[in-house]
Amino acid sequence: MTGDLVMQFLAQGVQMFMVLLIAPLAVGVVRRVKARLMRRQGAPLLQGYRDLAKLLRKESVIAENASWLFRSAPSLIFALTWVAAALVPSFASGLMFNWAADVVALVALLGAARALLALAGMDVGTSFGGIGSSREMMIATLAEPAMMLIVLTLAIAAGTTRLAGVADFFIAEPLAVRVSLALSLVALIIVALAENARIPVDNPVTHLELTMVHEAMILEYSGRHLALIEAASYLKLVLYLSLLICLFAPFGMAPASAGVGGWAIGLLAWTAKLLGGAALLGVWEVSIAKMRVFRLPDFLGIAFVFGFLAILLAFLARGALE
Amino acid sequence: MNQAYEISHLLAGVMLVTSFALLYQQRVAAVLNTFAAQSITLALAVAWAAWSQDRPDLFITALIALTLKGIVIPVALHRTVARLGIHREVEKVVGVGVALMVGLALTGLAQALLFKVTHGTASHAREELALALAIILMGFLMMIVRRNAVTQIVGFMSMENGLILAATGARGMPLVVEVSVAFSVLIALFVFAVFVFRIRERFDTIDIEALDRMRGDRR
Repeated sequence: MTGDLVMQFLAQGVQMFMVLLIAPLAVGVVRRVKARLMRRQGAPLLQGYRDLAKLLRKESVIAENASWLFRSAPSLIFALTWVAAALVPSFASGLMFNWAADVVALVALLGAARALLALAGMDVGTSFGGIGSSREMMIATLAEPAMMLIVLTLAIAAGTTRLAGVADFFIAEPLAVRVSLALSLVALIIVALAENARIPVDNPVTHLELTMVHEAMILEYSGRHLALIEAASYLKLVLYLSLLICLFAPFGMAPASAGVGGWAIGLLAWTAKLLGGAALLGVWEVSIAKMRVFRLPDFLGIAFVFGFLAILLAFLARGALE
Repeated sequence: MNQAYEISHLLAGVMLVTSFALLYQQRVAAVLNTFAAQSITLALAVAWAAWSQDRPDLFITALIALTLKGIVIPVALHRTVARLGIHREVEKVVGVGVALMVGLALTGLAQALLFKVTHGTASHAREELALALAIILMGFLMMIVRRNAVTQIVGFMSMENGLILAATGARGMPLVVEVSVAFSVLIALFVFAVFVFRIRERFDTIDIEALDRMRGDRR
């Protein structure tokens, strides 16, 4: 019994450090795929780790009029995002803290991190930070309702808002071709692109554009602060990728009762799916252009419409079943 | 049986999504391509119904949908657009966001309505009918929010797509009616096309706003 508990604890710990370890690699894969498709050599896959190590070694320059918020925000953002990323079931559904991995809690954690980032962006008082924060908030107000609708659709389908429960449900019924799920998949992908500042919404590779959102907010950060914020954004990418995997492609994930062997298979499957997802993201980013900021409400409106349709259809299917 | 039902539900759902895409698209060419995609999905849905319910006459319906509305009409409209030289952005009465929200409200309305009206009937037909009614209403909406005559034609045709879907779900429409509807739609296309050219000749634009001036009660 005690040994079992230790194993459970270890598995949860493995998941927690696994997301942190793999995050820079996932970003490296995205960048590498993009570079190769543009016929460039591209940075090595491990560049993300090197960037973080370099930033951690460097001195952190802080503006004179920065408040305590500016200094504490990076650690808080990193902590909130890490907790959120560690809660999403990756290789096994029956982990120790899976009762805490509620989708609503996840949205709340990410929302808190975003609010802190927006505040930190405005703290120093540069105009770029202000622009970035206001745009980030605009995107958030559009993306979050869509996210909640998606969550509710899944909750209706699986009968629970616990991620592990939803994953178990879809492992048990893999062939459920449901139109509402397809719609919420599209909606969740759009939300994920917006939340991660990916290409149709924001350009992650440059901080020299007037239309930048995420990069504008963190323009004032340097050194270890920047390292924490960058790590948090890598983690967020992993979080959304593994959320998509967990909800829509959970095959291979170890069920609650699996032992160490099941976990190992789950870990392999998850890593493969995660890196595959990162490669797909790279292909997607190369194939389309960034959108004008004023068209963003339309783009995120699609996510909202799809979320709403999904929930309507889910209700319809439910009503028909009764 | 359940699988058959899931797939027909999926196809009908895809058609509804293309209806929303029609409302969202900005360019005439993109609207026409989306319409072609919707018609092809309709053909697939009808063919699936024919295969899974063992009703071979529906294959003819599917074939008509595929050739006429999936290929002939979009190609004809593409040519019209090319001849008129109007591949720029579509002018709309309301913005995309508002149109999408109204579309959502209409979808909700269609479902609420059908659940009231068809209480106690088979659930499969009911869901399909709700989706079909939503597509029909979206076709109406498209005709209302678009000012360009070509996109109004597309709205009309997509409404007709919804009707065919409804007829497939309700196990009703006889083949004769089906064929005559298909041909009347084709004739409607010719009439529309002639009108579009005449409007253009007369007013130098196919923005139907120009027709308002003809009424004479402005000014």
